[in-house]
Amino acid sequence: MKEVKLFLGPQHPGMHGNYSVHMYVDGDIIKKANPMPGMLHRGFEKLMERRYWMGNIALIPRICVVEPDINEMVYAMGVEKLAKIEVPERAHWIRMIILELARLAIHLMSFGGIGGPTGLYTASYWSVADRDLILDIFEKITGARVYHMYIVAGGVRKDLPKGIEEEIIKFLDYIETRFPEYEELILKNPIIHARLKDNILLPKEVVHELGVTGIGMRSAFNKANDIRKVKPYARYDQVEFDVPFGPYSDAYTRVSYKLIEMKQSVRIIRQSLEKMPKEGPVRVSYSTGNAIRWTVPSGMVYPVIESSRGEYGYLMVSDGSDKPYRIAVRGASYPQGLLGVEKYLPGHRIDDASIWMATMDVCAPEIDR
Amino acid sequence: MAKDKSVFSPIGAWKYLTKKPVTIPKTLVFDTPREASDNYRGFHINDWDKCVGCGTCAEICPTNAINMIEIPTLEQSKGNKPERPAIDYGRCSFCALCVDICTSDSLSMSKEYIHLSKDADTFYFLPEIDGIHEIEYKDGYVRDEVSELLDLERYKMDEIKHDGRAESFMEIIKGYSKEMAIAEASRCVECGICTFTCPAHMNIPEYIKSVWTENMEEGIDYLYKTNPLSNVCGRVCTHTCESACVIGNRGKPVAIRWLKRYIIDNTPKEDFERVVLSNVSEKINGKVGIIGGGPAGLSCAYYLRTLGYEVDIYEEKPLLGGAVRYGVPEYRLPEESVKEDVEMIRKMGVNFIVNTKVGRDISFDEIKNTHDAVFSGTGNWIPKKLRVKNVDHPDIRFAAKFLQESRDYSRNLGEMPEFEDDLIVIGGGDVSFDVARSLLRLQTIKNGKTNIKFIARKPSQFLACDPEEFEEGTEEGLKFHLDRSPVEILIDDNNKIYGVKVARCTSVMTESGKAKTTCTDETEEIYAKEVFMSVGSDPDFEYFTDEIIDNLEISRNKIKVKEDGQVEGYPWLFAGGDITRGPDIITAVADGHKAAMGIDEYLYNKAKNKN
Repeated sequence: MKEVKLFLGPQHPGMHGNYSVHMYVDGDIIKKANPMPGMLHRGFEKLMERRYWMGNIALIPRICVVEPDINEMVYAMGVEKLAKIEVPERAHWIRMIILELARLAIHLMSFGGIGGPTGLYTASYWSVADRDLILDIFEKITGARVYHMYIVAGGVRKDLPKGIEEEIIKFLDYIETRFPEYEELILKNPIIHARLKDNILLPKEVVHELGVTGIGMRSAFNKANDIRKVKPYARYDQVEFDVPFGPYSDAYTRVSYKLIEMKQSVRIIRQSLEKMPKEGPVRVSYSTGNAIRWTVPSGMVYPVIESSRGEYGYLMVSDGSDKPYRIAVRGASYPQGLLGVEKYLPGHRIDDASIWMATMDVCAPEIDR
Repeated sequence: MAKDKSVFSPIGAWKYLTKKPVTIPKTLVFDTPREASDNYRGFHINDWDKCVGCGTCAEICPTNAINMIEIPTLEQSKGNKPERPAIDYGRCSFCALCVDICTSDSLSMSKEYIHLSKDADTFYFLPEIDGIHEIEYKDGYVRDEVSELLDLERYKMDEIKHDGRAESFMEIIKGYSKEMAIAEASRCVECGICTFTCPAHMNIPEYIKSVWTENMEEGIDYLYKTNPLSNVCGRVCTHTCESACVIGNRGKPVAIRWLKRYIIDNTPKEDFERVVLSNVSEKINGKVGIIGGGPAGLSCAYYLRTLGYEVDIYEEKPLLGGAVRYGVPEYRLPEESVKEDVEMIRKMGVNFIVNTKVGRDISFDEIKNTHDAVFSGTGNWIPKKLRVKNVDHPDIRFAAKFLQESRDYSRNLGEMPEFEDDLIVIGGGDVSFDVARSLLRLQTIKNGKTNIKFIARKPSQFLACDPEEFEEGTEEGLKFHLDRSPVEILIDDNNKIYGVKVARCTSVMTESGKAKTTCTDETEEIYAKEVFMSVGSDPDFEYFTDEIIDNLEISRNKIKVKEDGQVEGYPWLFAGGDITRGPDIITAVADGHKAAMGIDEYLYNKAKNKN
């Protein structure tokens, strides 16, 4: 039997981002898979070394397109750790609201995005339209829809605009009425069941071997290994929320966990709006002088947060100058997106390849950086 | 789960039949675009009236989207560069850091966000007040105090507290600590607008950066490129740079003068000497005579030595330094500082010929005949007099002479000058404050109490002095009689002064902005036993030969010279300092520097034409 080489991506609608997998297929079974990153390589880590500490906030969100705020948060946490400054209380809560809204947005996109590879396009249409409402809120808070550049070292860039709390609550009420609809449409759909149930398994050993984190890890390990619980940052230790976990990880479980996490995010945002101090400063300066001459004390830190795909962190090194000495990005989907594709995609069928990509949460830009 | 679904479940989807689609038709997007939110980061707006062209936006821009473009229709003026930011929307990422750091409050962003064109050049755009398409759009993102990226507050300089300050001639300002100096230096945005404003065009951003990077030797090097009297200027410069500093548009300007002083005070002496003396060149065949060892003369001598000329300075007084040695009081400028600067110039190999007044001890012709070129920087030492009644009374004291006596006393070279314990000082400029505050100290030392009345024509906000002088003078206990114009010095029957008669001033400016004092007829008498007058001074040109004096173009007591200080009709004669421009130290230093270059040019051409 002769093998045929098929390209999945970078121009394939079932592919996540500008990423490509060269698949050698025999019939409809994938025999060998070569991940081909590099279409998105923009040299972030090097570019960051050539920009001021403050100037980097325009560059950093671009590492992950659909969930830019995690980058800003990690970067800000790193600088704060290096400079040993304490962020104002109100800023912590604002950051949590932003981060959870961002989690909602990306989960909506990937939860609805499962409609792409399975042919259930209604799901994608709905989720993208609902996500737009979150972008409207972001626009009101930060002044931009996608790349917010809002969470900066020392707090947030501007205080919340007046009356935004009501708008957020209005949106949360709306999205909560939508959750049953999504459940009906996606999780109870026979086609989804047929395609996702007991398919694309992620055993415990593989999680160990690759270093998968996030939903993949929790659904296989039966442990609530969520950094927001294990190693709380911002004010996650002061809000109540549950983390879904289980012992058996197939594609269906991983998709359904996203809906559960969305519901929890809504809970967190509601609590944050309640517990947040209504007044007070939202930013402190971490250095003297103007932004061109802000320096960060020398040192090395690894701040880490829970993104929608797992553990997301930067290794940040400063030599005390006005620019970072080295920043290395630990993309959450690096293990499964690069090593996992090569090793565990073979054996699946061609038509499951893009489902594999979607439910394993492969995000191309954070692999390429 | 999936099996639970009933046959009728699709009916549930019928409710969506009545819902409107969320997609916006394309035609609507262009005709009536959705209004953006209130702080939307859209296209830039730049208010050209406010913009000073400092280029800080271009500096911070993470994508290098901003270029500073020279605008031919604009003129460079104090605190304003004829440049404006042009933004390349092919690169811009709309992060608004430029808006947050704008020093002049001119940049903001509008709510406009649609621009379509086949022509790529239209994406490169020079923002003005009316935005990219010149359509009225609401303001979007503006800076507030939270998103501020500048440091608007100056770091406090340590001073001796005012109670007890007036008991001695101790220097008031203590100087920055290292931490403070670095913090203050980090406020600078390196725009270079100060450099244009400085009469000597000092490399201010560069030496401030040297403070910030803790590279003192580099700092010294930058200072001495344009100013060999940095120690003096770090203390008593008129700092026009600070009034031009762009940080001053919205906050307090960077303390440029104190940073200069910090470099000088905190460089180890041997490093300092090594750096400065490394500029000295081999001696060449050329000799220049300099008349007057003040700032202009010293500066000219320094730069001529760096070019290799032999230099002689003729100074009438026993010590070099002119106005900074015999004018500025000790509490502003310690003797040590002047001494260091002068010593440095002596070490370079400049000949000082002191106690030699040209025209008395040596003739001008002799100097001319023994030197290839002559630079004259003799300054203003003849006091001006107000045109009031009895102003020629012999007991009236004048600033120049008194300050010399007081300065000599404070450096233990002379007796305490004589004065009464009830005085009037007439003036309003820096020098009059020097007189009044020196008298304060002398009175305190002598009697332990002070009584000095200060008369000036202008209200406090229009006084010609540094505002600090007024503040500190008030703290130290001067009694001010402002808005008062003297009309008569009161003399009693024994021909003794007993006060000044003043008229009340109503305005010090005409409507067109010209200086003109208008007074009412309402007068009052202020009594005191002695009157000091400090209302400016005039130059003395007696030492020139008669023939030169006849040919000099003198207008308002200033010699008219070419750009480099060359006197019209006498290519070998150069002049600078207070007798050509003025009236401050840094201008004199600049004149000396220019004249040194002019002399070099003249002698070089002369030598070339000979061969």
